[in-house]
Amino acid sequence: MTKSNGTHAPATSTATSLRLKVGLAEMLKGGVIMDVMNVEQARIAEEAGACSVMALERVPAMIRAEGGVARMAKPSLIKQIIQAVSIPVMAKARIGHFAEAQILQELGVDFIDESEVLTPADEAHHIDKHAFTTPFVCGARNLGEALRRIAEGAAMIRTKGEAGTGDVVHAVQHMRQIVREMRALTVLSEQELYAAAKEHQAPYELVRIVAQTGKLPVPNFSAGGIATPADAALMMQLGAEAIFVGSGIFMKERATPLDVENNPAERAEAVSRAKAIVQATTHFNDPKILAEVSEQVTGTMKGLAAAAIEEKDQLQTRGW
Amino acid sequence: MTLHHSPRIGVLAIQGDYAAHAAALSEAGAEPVEVRLPRQLGSLDGIILPGGESTTILRFLEKDNFFASLREFCLKKPVFGTCAGSILLAREVRNPAQQSLAALDCVAERNAYGRQIDSSIVTVEAALPGGPLEMVFIRAPRLVELGPTVEVLARRDNDPVLVRQGTVLAATFHPELSADRRIHKYFVESVVSA
Repeated sequence: MTKSNGTHAPATSTATSLRLKVGLAEMLKGGVIMDVMNVEQARIAEEAGACSVMALERVPAMIRAEGGVARMAKPSLIKQIIQAVSIPVMAKARIGHFAEAQILQELGVDFIDESEVLTPADEAHHIDKHAFTTPFVCGARNLGEALRRIAEGAAMIRTKGEAGTGDVVHAVQHMRQIVREMRALTVLSEQELYAAAKEHQAPYELVRIVAQTGKLPVPNFSAGGIATPADAALMMQLGAEAIFVGSGIFMKERATPLDVENNPAERAEAVSRAKAIVQATTHFNDPKILAEVSEQVTGTMKGLAAAAIEEKDQLQTRGW
Repeated sequence: MTLHHSPRIGVLAIQGDYAAHAAALSEAGAEPVEVRLPRQLGSLDGIILPGGESTTILRFLEKDNFFASLREFCLKKPVFGTCAGSILLAREVRNPAQQSLAALDCVAERNAYGRQIDSSIVTVEAALPGGPLEMVFIRAPRLVELGPTVEVLARRDNDPVLVRQGTVLAATFHPELSADRRIHKYFVESVVSA
């Protein structure tokens, strides 16, 4: 009997590898992926029904408030979180920082998020994601950006909102934009697709697939600014296939997390938010259940209106 | 009893790749029905428990007596569990221990082959006509300590990966992610003839 020791991957063709990567993304559909900064938060997320956790040192709200260079989380933290939960564990690498991605793959994370939330390491090139066995998720604000990431090997797209704000407005804007751009392709003639590919700055073959199917060739999740059960239901109804929640579960004020380790009331608040968003994501089309779960939430992060953020300070504009 | 309509088969649509199963059921000649609440079980001829995260699915089954309703359904009508679904069906779950429906006489060990980088696609012989089957394994469980009435329909190396016990069918892989519809057709036929 063969048994993998988990430190190396079997040699597989690119097509097989991509099917396995997209396969894990398929398994996450209808679920919530929660940002966690320590083992206790990871356990709360799993217990509440998160389908995956994203291990990081600072959630976007803290990165925004504190500034500095935001990098890959430290390996010891990622290993602790992998040990603590049975669900898939994701971690973020900086845009273009393939060495961070190599380290994350070696640590055994199940999905790598090449994320604009961290400080970009390359202002022209994203990571060649085909070179990895571990699947990647990337953010996108429009169809062209999504298809460029898929061409580079992304197995999942998350439409970008403005991370760390608790304001869902940009997540809505970009989901609507991508859905509208996909729908527009489906009515074009074969001859018009070449110019469409040029306009979207995306590979013709991928543009053609979207024109035929009306959807992305990989799952499309939503991230950035989702803070309440109603926000999650809104994004699911707009076409998201699953939800990422960053600062929305464990943050109290802009740069202050709820103290889930020492303060029972704040722990209970985090648990109530996590459970309610999980329920809302599954029952996104059932207003009666949405009303019930919304009522169970004992508090919501204060948040920061996305309109108050100058464009140079936006995280979503990172990525090329 | 033979059904005179195309069978209505539920797909537990709490979390996971339920849409892929619904599409596979349509291709196999059944009418798929997404199930998110226990009251939706009533009109169904069978049910599929899809891949996804078994811990997430359990959180929903704990509410509104869903767990007991689903267990009762699985003991009466045909059920097919893939990956996380096979974990939910097992008599006992390890790594870590968690609640299960105990509709299939075996123990499921979660993530038994490792993490995502250890996921694989293999092609092996199965006890279904039409030649070897492609099997997509994603963070797959292993079924061990099978009871005497559990029939093994396919093995990967020595591990049973497709098993049947009465009207309970379980795969530790994802037939819904392959183009081959033999397993879904096999399940639909078992629903029709149940």
